[in-house]
Amino acid sequence: MFERILLIALFFLTVSILVGLYRVIKGPSLPDRVVALDTIGINIIAGVAIFSILLNTHAFFDIILLIGILSFIGTISFSKFIERGYIIEYKRDC
Amino acid sequence: MKGDHLLLLYFTLLVPFLFALLVPLLYRYMPRIHTGWFVLVVPTGIFIYMINLIPIIAKGEKLVNSVPWIPTLGINYSTYVDGLTLLFGLLISGIGALVVLYSIYYMSKQREALHNFYVYLLIFMGAMLGIAFSDNIFILYMFWELTSIASFLLIAYWYQRKQSRYGAQKSLIITVIGGLALLAGLILLSIMTNTFSIREMIEADQMIVKHQLFLPSMLLILLGAFTKSAQFPFHIWLPDAMEAPTPISAYLHSATMVKAGIYLVARFTPVFSGTIEWFWLVTGTGMITLLWGSFSAVKQNDLKAMLAFSTISQLGLIMCLLGIGSASLYASTAILAALFHLINHSTFKGCLFMVVGIVDHETGTRDIRRLGGLMNIMPITFTLMIIGSFSMAGLPPFNGFLSKELFFTGVLEAARLNIFHLETWGILLPILAWIASIFTFIYSMILVLKTFTGKYKPNKYEKKVHEAPLGMLISPIFLASLVILFFFFPNIISNNLLQPAMKAILPGLLEGGGFENNIKIWHGWTTEVFMTLGVAVVGMLLYISFPKWSGIYEYLPEKISFNYIYDRGLVGMEKLAAKITKTYMTGIVRDYLLYIFIFFVVVVGGSMVLLNNFTFNPSGNGPVSAYEVVLILVIIGAAVLVMLTKSRLTAVIGVGVIGFVVAMFFVIFRAPDLALTQLVVETVTVALFLLCFYHLPELGRETGGVGLRAANLIVSLGVGVLVTLLALTAQSNPLVDPISTFFENSYQLAGARNIVNAILVDFRGFDTMLEILVLSIAGLGVYSLIKLPLARRDNK
Repeated sequence: MFERILLIALFFLTVSILVGLYRVIKGPSLPDRVVALDTIGINIIAGVAIFSILLNTHAFFDIILLIGILSFIGTISFSKFIERGYIIEYKRDC
Repeated sequence: MKGDHLLLLYFTLLVPFLFALLVPLLYRYMPRIHTGWFVLVVPTGIFIYMINLIPIIAKGEKLVNSVPWIPTLGINYSTYVDGLTLLFGLLISGIGALVVLYSIYYMSKQREALHNFYVYLLIFMGAMLGIAFSDNIFILYMFWELTSIASFLLIAYWYQRKQSRYGAQKSLIITVIGGLALLAGLILLSIMTNTFSIREMIEADQMIVKHQLFLPSMLLILLGAFTKSAQFPFHIWLPDAMEAPTPISAYLHSATMVKAGIYLVARFTPVFSGTIEWFWLVTGTGMITLLWGSFSAVKQNDLKAMLAFSTISQLGLIMCLLGIGSASLYASTAILAALFHLINHSTFKGCLFMVVGIVDHETGTRDIRRLGGLMNIMPITFTLMIIGSFSMAGLPPFNGFLSKELFFTGVLEAARLNIFHLETWGILLPILAWIASIFTFIYSMILVLKTFTGKYKPNKYEKKVHEAPLGMLISPIFLASLVILFFFFPNIISNNLLQPAMKAILPGLLEGGGFENNIKIWHGWTTEVFMTLGVAVVGMLLYISFPKWSGIYEYLPEKISFNYIYDRGLVGMEKLAAKITKTYMTGIVRDYLLYIFIFFVVVVGGSMVLLNNFTFNPSGNGPVSAYEVVLILVIIGAAVLVMLTKSRLTAVIGVGVIGFVVAMFFVIFRAPDLALTQLVVETVTVALFLLCFYHLPELGRETGGVGLRAANLIVSLGVGVLVTLLALTAQSNPLVDPISTFFENSYQLAGARNIVNAILVDFRGFDTMLEILVLSIAGLGVYSLIKLPLARRDNK
């Protein structure tokens, strides 16, 4: 019973990832894609968590944290890129 | 006696090389004495040593010995001394000594780089002796190439001149092509006879004739001999080699190197003779060379060029006689004539070259249109020229007369034979020989009369003309006296030198009861005498009327000459090579990738299809779950997006999606370490892509879409399908069991619960170390790429 609920949750997460992916593909603007990517990242975190329960292991907990950090950093850098055109500032005087 | 003798022999053969090492030192530390005086000791010593060998060899003894060089391959420096070898040894060292003596007076101590000259000359001399004395085919080939290289260096001695470099390159290309052919031919011979020793090959001659490799090896060896000996149509390098200093022309290009091919043909006559191919190839080529060389010599204006063509024609004569002599059981005179003329040619041609060198040295020109009237000013030179030329023309009382008579005897004998289609074609031989002799007579006359007779016009010469110094005259005088001596006492060399040499060329004849080796100065009113008389009369008439018929040389079309073909051939080959290279070396990476992929698909896929190796056996595969299907669909979608998108940023995002989904696959397939690393690396990679974005031009060239090209699509599909099929095939045919069970007790073996990490740092730590190195190199590389151009800019 519990396993079935987990599977259903996984199914809905997949659906939402696919919907996010549709946004990534379709666009129409770059910020749409970046936000969709962020959403996908969050959904993947949930997916990995459910997987860990399904597989009865805690080997993947690190990954959950890592995806959270990376998703954040990625979104930030994309945002900075969209806003300024570059990510790491280039100091002229060095 | 034997042991000492052989040691001495090896020492003698190596002396020129050893002394060549000393020459620069002598040149440097003994600047007052002309280096040539030191060098003169070497050939003189060798010559005296060789003379001591004559009685031993004349008795029929043979000196055989071998020193191991690469014994595991059966390559030994083995020497074999018989009559033929000794004949060449005497020629090389004797003429070598005279040439060195001549060069002492010819080459200026102040202006010339003498150490180079004598080092090259000594290397050449040693190599030439090596050819004559070696019994092992590889040693023979080694020395053969060494003569080519030494000759190359000597021709381009005045390397500042364009013509010298051209001549040197030409001679090197032609002789090395021949040398490589010779190597192939010798290897084929060794395959047939299973030995590297020429002597043992000769003993196995019956077996060789029936072998299927017989003809190829014969053709290849003949190609080597013909290129070296300047036979038609490979004669073109010899006239251009006349850019060398005159002592070199006298030594290499008349007496020694060009006779290496003659030596080779004579040496291998016992192996190949008796076949119709050998007979007609050697005889025919020799006859054509004889005719063409003498015909071309008449039209030359440069004395040295005339002598070069004359050398070509005389070599053709010797070659032709060797060919006739290969029908040995019927025509033994021909071999005698060939060997006798070999010696005679060396003497008179060496003398002539030296005389021409003197004329050049004293007047400043070699052009017969400017020369004339030197008879009273240079009487000794004139006498020497007469002796050499008349001997070359075949007049008594000079040795050329005897060998010319023997030559006519040889061709007449051949014409009477009834083998090798000689009954139909044989009559051509004496006729052609006669015509060639007439031309020989004409240019011999030109050589003497155009240079020395007529009126003396001082304003035509750049310097004040006078007789040459005595030192320069010694060598040609010596050779000229030999020319006369050989005429009056031909049987001294015939008995002591020619007879053993004939035995070497025709070993089978010895059992047949010996041969006629007496050379008679006069043997009655025979056909030969009338032929010689005819040559003299017709030749004189033609010489007098030369201005009337010299126009025929104008009709020779320039485009048929072999020089033209050679020059155009080189240019054409270069152009063709450049063209071919340009067609596929486009400089576009996409094309090269295309070649690699097509090659991969064709070779791997083709061989898999041909061997019928594609199999698919799903029995060992695990079940496919729903989320794997979903992830695969996502990855396919992202891949299609990357390919079809028109914006670069979208492609980067697509690549990122693929990377993250791959990380998800690692999760599903229970690889947490991989998933962690993959996620970080993917993020960094995407960030790097975005970093590059900043430096790319504003929405660059590819915004218009990737653009579907049929070829690219086919190739990429081919690669994809092939790799998929290969993976499936490999998966279906596991050859060995997995070894992962060993790593499962990593806790006992390495004290680690994490098996992946245990493998990375413990079981297979070496790989990890090198991966770290790769990352360090990459980091340093990136740093230097970014920093160094900036530093350079700052310096400016």
